[in-house]
Amino acid sequence: MTKAPQLIKHSMKYGEAQSSTGAAEREPGSPYGRKPRKILSRRNIFIYGTLIMVSLYYLLPLYVMVVTSLKGMPEIRIGNIFAPPVEVTFQPWVKAWAEACTGLNCDGLSRGFFNSVKILIPSVILSIAIASVNGYALANWRFKGSETFFAILIVGAFIPYQVMIYPIVILLREIGLYGSLSGLVLVHTIFGMPILTLLFRNYFGSVPQELFKAARVDGAGFWSIYFRIMVPMSLPIFVVAMILQVTGIWNDFLFGVIYTKPDLYPMTVQLNNIVNSTQGVKEYNVNMAATILTGLVPLTIYFLSGKLFVRGIAAGAVKG
Amino acid sequence: MEASISIKNLSLSFGALDVLKDLNLEIGQGEFLVLLGSSGCGKSTLLNCIAGLLDITGGQIFIGGRNVTWEEPSKRGIGMVFQSYALYPQMTVGGNLSFGLKNAGLPKAEIKERVDRAAKVLQIEPLLARKPAALSGGQRQRAAIGRALVRDADVFLFDEPLSNLDAKLRADLRVEIKQLHQKLSNTMIYVTHDQIEAMTLADRIAIMRGGQILQLATPHEIYNRPANKYVADFIGSPTMNFFDGKIEGGDGAQFLTEGHSFPLHGYNFQSGSAVSGPAWLGIRPEHMVSGAEAETAPIRLHGEVELVEPLGSDTLARLTSGGHTLWVRLDGQAEVANGDQITVGFDAARANVFDKNSENRL
Ligand SMILES: Nc1ncnc2c1ncn2[C@@H]1O[C@H](COP(=O)(O)OP(=O)(O)O)[C@@H](O)[C@H]1O
Ligand SMILES: [Mg+2]
Repeated sequence: MTKAPQLIKHSMKYGEAQSSTGAAEREPGSPYGRKPRKILSRRNIFIYGTLIMVSLYYLLPLYVMVVTSLKGMPEIRIGNIFAPPVEVTFQPWVKAWAEACTGLNCDGLSRGFFNSVKILIPSVILSIAIASVNGYALANWRFKGSETFFAILIVGAFIPYQVMIYPIVILLREIGLYGSLSGLVLVHTIFGMPILTLLFRNYFGSVPQELFKAARVDGAGFWSIYFRIMVPMSLPIFVVAMILQVTGIWNDFLFGVIYTKPDLYPMTVQLNNIVNSTQGVKEYNVNMAATILTGLVPLTIYFLSGKLFVRGIAAGAVKG
Repeated sequence: MEASISIKNLSLSFGALDVLKDLNLEIGQGEFLVLLGSSGCGKSTLLNCIAGLLDITGGQIFIGGRNVTWEEPSKRGIGMVFQSYALYPQMTVGGNLSFGLKNAGLPKAEIKERVDRAAKVLQIEPLLARKPAALSGGQRQRAAIGRALVRDADVFLFDEPLSNLDAKLRADLRVEIKQLHQKLSNTMIYVTHDQIEAMTLADRIAIMRGGQILQLATPHEIYNRPANKYVADFIGSPTMNFFDGKIEGGDGAQFLTEGHSFPLHGYNFQSGSAVSGPAWLGIRPEHMVSGAEAETAPIRLHGEVELVEPLGSDTLARLTSGGHTLWVRLDGQAEVANGDQITVGFDAARANVFDKNSENRL
């Protein structure tokens, strides 16, 4: 009846509908269609204001670092840390990477960088591989005592590192790995275990049980289900674990300084030795460049996998 | 009938919770058995025990005459379809279908042949290269059925395969499953809480409650001669009308309830003759007659209509009569309105009488 043409009108553009709608049906100015939103509402000002302040708070120090690292020492002595460099120089970066002196040698951060890479790669791979299998077994193959095992592991996550430092020194010495990179890799792998296992167990626990049952009916065993079903559908959580481990291990200072020897020190320890070396003048530009160089690896990882990271966190948060 | 599956004294507990208690069940070769019961009664648990996905606490399971009590799920000769489809999300439909066959180490040519055959039967050939995420609900469930089909299993287990689908698709796939069974003639065990699915698909229905089978019989028998009050109440929509009262026995036994006395002439007592004592009398809404028919019915009631639900094909009316509330199924063309006084009647032969204490059929 009269309803149909009216419906068509509603789907037309706003202006058109207005001109063709009878005056009896709609007075001008009465609410109609999509609700208009004010751009400069109090709410928006508050939200964006806060966001801008917070980002400034985080970005300003970074800005100062980048700017300072590109200045020469005379320019730095003028004292305005916010001023952009008048004369851009990359010399501090070169020095930080290849020439800066620590207590013992003068080949810059590069040595520490390669040490860190040698520590990072096996530690990340090993800890994620073991923890994901642990989590999978705990979530899907409940065995006698699996709950107890899990509880013990979780308690492990809450024991302060400091308590375990000395016992581990003895342990590593006994098995002959004290002061070597493999020893440090082992330490990182073990300390990553509780939190990573928890992460993987919760993620695999949120995968529908029926999927697991279907795979068993299809004759897949423990490893086959793990590699063919679980791993392919868990990419986001592997990325989360990788980010946690890369940043955690790369930023580690304590274990690096305790369990390795000076020529095997990771980048963070090397950085500290450069920045805090007491000989000569303080070269702020070199220090800044060295610091940025050290932070570059976690930063890159964040940029490359940020989206997956957020998705993985969300997936973990919704279920489990 | 040769037994395809027999379950002997099966029991299963989750810790202190006994879900299945000393359950016995024989399923014939090629039979379509439906496990029907309300949520949480142990249907899925029973199915998982048969599939070998749960470690049973006691008893034995035989499939095709072989004792499979301790066998792995993949070695039991079963195919299984789940409510949530449970398709492997990162594999294509073709990959899903062939996964089990690859695990079994079948030659490539044979895998391809079986997958193609199953895809043809289920009309999912154009979907083989797609991932499950790119399928509709109905297509997903077809793919899941296909995964069971390629296994060439003797026994198919379905765990509420249609509950995630909308009403129209559910009806379509129900018909397809029935046709599939007629074509393949495998043994099928089908779990559902939907009585329409149960009635339409089953050769026999097992009604479960609290981990036990209350009645195992054909749909006809379950509907017409429910073994106890729970089954009578569970099957049928709207549910059976019940009168609370007692039987006064001997020849020409009567059922006495508040304000009425119904002669039980024509009722077929289990024991052959009437048993006196407190009892329930149940009569289905569709077994009550109205209008001219009611005038000649052996048992008549007068009541006032208080609610009318026209369904098109027929009309449901709720009456109050004395202290009783009853549903009656009337003809779709019947003209009734709230407040009408009508007469309804029924024949004791269509009624069901249950013992008040044991709730078993008398
Ligand atoms: N893994 C489990 N652990 C403990 N209790 C369970 C488990 N699985 C099912 N149950 C319990 O067993 C009973 C039967 O469950 P189920 O067989 O899934 O019922 P349904 O008939 O709805 O399929 C329910 O009470 C349920 O809570
Ligand atoms: Mg269930």
